[in-house]
This record gives sequence, structure tokens and C-alpha cells, in this order.
Amino acid sequence: MNTLLQVTDLKKYFPIRGGILNRVVNNVQAVNSVTFDVRKGEVVGLVGESGSGKTTVGRTLLRLEEATSGSVNFGGTDILTLPKEEMRRFRKRMQIIFQDPYASLNPREKIRTVIGHALGQHGIGTAADREERSVRLLEQVGLSADYLDRFPHEFSGGQRQRIGIARALAVDPEFVVADEPVSALDVSIQAQVINLLDDLKDQFDLTMLFIAHDLAVVEHICDRVIVMYLGRIMEIAPAATLYSDPNHPYTQALLSAVPIPKPGRKRARVVLKGDIPSPINPPSGCVFRTRCPRAVADCAAVVPTLKNVGHDHLSACLLTT
Amino acid sequence: MTQPLLEVRDLQTTFDLGRGVGIRAVDGVSFSIDPGETLAIVGESGSGKSVTSLSIMGLLPKGAGRITRGQILLRGRDLVPLPEREMRRIRGKDIGMIFQEPMTSLNPVHTLGHQISEVIIEHQGLTRAKAHERAVEMLALVGIPEPRKRADSYPHQMSGGMRQRAMIAMALSCQPSLLIADEPTTALDVTIQAQILELMKDLQKQLGMAIIFITHDLGVVAEVSDRVVVMYASQVVESGPVADIFERPQMPYTAGLLKSIPRLGSSAAHKRLDTIPGQVPMLSRLPAGCRFRPRCAHAHAACGLSEPPLTQTPGGREVRCLRWADLTLAEGIPA
Repeated sequence: MNTLLQVTDLKKYFPIRGGILNRVVNNVQAVNSVTFDVRKGEVVGLVGESGSGKTTVGRTLLRLEEATSGSVNFGGTDILTLPKEEMRRFRKRMQIIFQDPYASLNPREKIRTVIGHALGQHGIGTAADREERSVRLLEQVGLSADYLDRFPHEFSGGQRQRIGIARALAVDPEFVVADEPVSALDVSIQAQVINLLDDLKDQFDLTMLFIAHDLAVVEHICDRVIVMYLGRIMEIAPAATLYSDPNHPYTQALLSAVPIPKPGRKRARVVLKGDIPSPINPPSGCVFRTRCPRAVADCAAVVPTLKNVGHDHLSACLLTT
Repeated sequence: MTQPLLEVRDLQTTFDLGRGVGIRAVDGVSFSIDPGETLAIVGESGSGKSVTSLSIMGLLPKGAGRITRGQILLRGRDLVPLPEREMRRIRGKDIGMIFQEPMTSLNPVHTLGHQISEVIIEHQGLTRAKAHERAVEMLALVGIPEPRKRADSYPHQMSGGMRQRAMIAMALSCQPSLLIADEPTTALDVTIQAQILELMKDLQKQLGMAIIFITHDLGVVAEVSDRVVVMYASQVVESGPVADIFERPQMPYTAGLLKSIPRLGSSAAHKRLDTIPGQVPMLSRLPAGCRFRPRCAHAHAACGLSEPPLTQTPGGREVRCLRWADLTLAEGIPA
């Protein structure tokens, strides 16, 4: 498969200012030395807990945040160095679906305007074309064309997410970042939206970065999975491999912590001690070592790099040989 | 038969929408919980599960929601007619509460030690010094490191998981016989959720309280509860022992919910998930007959005629479905 997106050594620090001179006194190290690729037609899952940096990675790729350093090559272009105006045109090819569709929809705009805007922004078609395309988009996301003249508050959470998806797909993007697209939805609605995304991926020939904290959802929809912790990548593997044979102690603990809807099932659970450390002052060496049940002295000294541990399977742990 | 610790009988809670219009957020709900038992109330948004718990605690929003029918019996004593002053005595002492967001019960301007001591002084009449000692013990019990130092911390100085522990410490400080936990781990990361669930199980073993666990997460239900009450559109639609409900649901809604969750380790990438079509009905526009009928694959003409009663079925179970005896809804979890 061809690489569509290559992220190399991506770093995003948010400065913390203080003192009377408002100098940068420290940094939140949200994303640190992140390298991965996304191949054309693939759905890559990006999982991690709060503070792992997964959302920042997604936003930095689309330049909704400016990276501190690193490069993002999209179809041969380094988009982090594109001038603003060119980037704006580039956005047609890269879209985002947000977790809370209500917050991302203007409450005063009818759905017709919401989707029409997206098309108009990128100069797609005449007014009549745009109308026709809006109707077809709504149908593709499972909503009736009558909804075009309604306002966001008239919809349920699941319907709003469908509208958010329609808006993202309006400009026919090649690549979509879906940032926790189903985590605000009820279980029965969540399944509907997951199926929809799966269908649309084929219909629109999409490549997707699927950001989520729910590991079962990610397993369901993704081809490959990236596990992040405190701004760094811990492990990358094909979904089937990651879930059956996780290599990194963090991935193992994370998987074992997920409650399984099967009463009476006893599992060997790794309950991690303590909290996720602050990204302002992350631990030296391996960032996971302070909670790792297998950490040794060396883990504090060396930042582990991603090593090949199997077919298409990378893990960043010193103890992996 | 021992007396249940808490028995909710035919509870109805109505929210006034003005102009004489009201919606029943809880509509004829009955269930009971025995001492030391863990009962999960599960449902999606708008099912009435949280309003049920607020009704039990007497914490319905003033002027908006009120109990319009039914009884809430705590060891046989009805809480519904009690004045607020009495309820305040019962909350904290007999019934402890924890919520999804710890800051709803922690006061940001007081130290943890102070807040927990206040509860202990109020309910147990200890001196401030003794109460403070007890607060430190509670913080230690819920696994907060350096409890003596932490007692002097303010809530904002702690992480989400630690605040949740502090809230549990406060809720349990007077050793209530019932703990109502409303989505206590929903806002937490999965590794922290695992810690809190383990902690709650341990504390229950040590202190022997009963827990009503309100959640939308069926994984959590399977892990913590003895019995389950499933709610849909303000009503109980199914109840019974947790293993039975998960293995052989009798209500099509429960079966649909169980089938629609993606399961870890099912290695079923891109396989279609089963879904429940449509969405939860609005309480102001309920369908005729069974409230789940418009979304139900098994509905018959009869289902639209009258509302099915909650029927007792063998094995200490209940189901609200006309057709439960005709249906085989094996949930089919791969072993």
C-alpha cells in the first residue's frame, strides 16, 4: 500500500508563560518525537488516555495547531511549511469530524447553510449543484432531505454527528481525522454511527485517522492501531496483532483494564498504580516507567525507540529484545 | 425472607414543563436491594436512571421535578414524605452518594480534611480533632497516598482519580448502609477506572454496604453487579441476576443493547455491528403500547394496543414484553 501521510518526529509544546515579563517558564510537552505513517485506504486508530497527546496529534496534522517541529508529508507535500493561503486550499483534501457535533455546528445556521458553506468555501459547484450535493450527502449519512431547513438543536446527538460527518465529507476529502466521533453517543446510537463510518469509508474511498479512547470501538473499525502515552508512541501494530499479542507493558495494562461485558469472567488484570504524570514535567527516560510493573533502573536513563518486534509491529520498550 | 434494605415501589417522578404540561421522567419504577448487594441500574440517556437516584436521595431540582406517586422504603420507612431536614440526616449517614463529577460534591474552598470532618461532626457528633483523625483514616482507606498531608489539600490540587477517591472517602465516612454511585467512573480514564472499581469492591467487602450503581456501561455492569435493572423511556423493562440477563435477555431492547456493543478481542474488524434502529422516544411523544415497539424487530400488532406489564418470570426475573415467552433472544457472546 502507498503511504498517504508520513509524520516524522512531530513535536508540539504548549508554552506556559509567567512572571512579570511573561516569559516562557515551562512547556506542556503534548506531543514528543512522534513518527508514523498512514497508508492509502487505511483506517489507523490513535488510542491513549487523557493527556496522551492523541487529539493534539490529530489537530497538528491539519494545522489547527502549529507544530513546534517535525514534518507531515501528505501525498508528497510537507504541509507544515505551506503558506497559510495554500494550506487553506489543501484543507479540502483533509477534513475533521469532532467529538461534540453540537459545539462544532453554528446554532443559528440551518443545515443547508452548514453544508453549503463547506462547499462554497472551496468553490465547489454552482448554487444549484451545491443544493443537489447537500441533499445527496444527507441521504448518504442516513438523514432525509427535509432536514436541510432545520437547525442543529432540532436534532438528537446521533443525528448531529451524522451532520458533522456530512459536512466533513462535503468537499470529498481524501483523508479524515475523526476525533472521538462516537464517544458522546449512547450505545445503541454509537453502533449506528460506527457502521455508517465503515460504509462511507468505502463509498468515499477515504483514509482515516480514528482517535479514540475506547479500545473495543477502535478494534472494530481500524486496520492498524497506534498507542500513545504522555505524548509519545508506545506501540504500533495491525489491530489483530495488537489485541491478541500486545508487546508494550502499557498496552497490556490498558487492554486488561477494559471492563468486559461478560459477567463472571475472570481475567488477569494489571491494575496500574498511581496517576498519569504531568506532561509539563514528564519522567526521564521512558515516560511510562513510573507506573510500569516491569520497569528497571535503565528505564529512567534511556528514552526507548520504536523497535521492530514482528510483522508491521513496533514497540518502544527497553525490555523488548 | 429478610427485609430489603431499600425498596422502591411504583415510583413516579414528574417534571413540570409549565402550562400544566408534565413529563414523567420516572414512571412506575419498582425494585429493591438487599443489604450488601450491588444492583446496577443501566440505561441510555433519558432512560430515567439518574432521576431515579435523585428521587431516592431527595435531591430533585427544586420547583422542577417532584415525586408524584409511590414509596421509597429504607428498612421499611418511607422517605417520600420526609421533610428536607430529616432527609439531610439520612443522606450521608444512611445513604452515601458519589457522582460522575467529584466537584459536584466537593467544595473548592475547603480542604479535604475539613469537608470530610464536617460530615462526620454533623452525623456522628465527634469533636473536631477526633473527626479530623477519622477523615485522615478515611483518606488512607481509599488509597490516597500521604493521607495526613492530603487532608490539608484543596480539591483542585488533585487529579481526577484522586478526587474521585476523596469523594468516596467522604461518602463512606459515616459508614452508610447504602451507597448510590451515579456514573462514578464515566469521566475517568480506563486505567484509573480499573483502580476505582477495584477500590469500590474492596471497600464493599470491608464495610459491607449495599451499592446502587448507575451506569450506561455494560462492561462495568458485568464487572461489579449482582443484579441488574434495565431502564428504557422512564420504565423498568427488565431485571434479574446479572449473568442471566447477559446470557439470556428476555426483553428485545436488552438483547439489542448487548449486541450493539463492540467487544474487545472479538477480532471482527469491519464486521457490521448489530444496531437498534431509530432512537429513544421523546417522553412528551411516547408511542402507543410498548414504548420500545417502534424500534423492536419482534413487535406484533398486539404490542401497539396496550402497554405491557412488568411480568415476573422464573429465576427471580422480570420483563416488560408481551412476547417474552415466544422469543429466544440468545445474546450469543462468544465464550
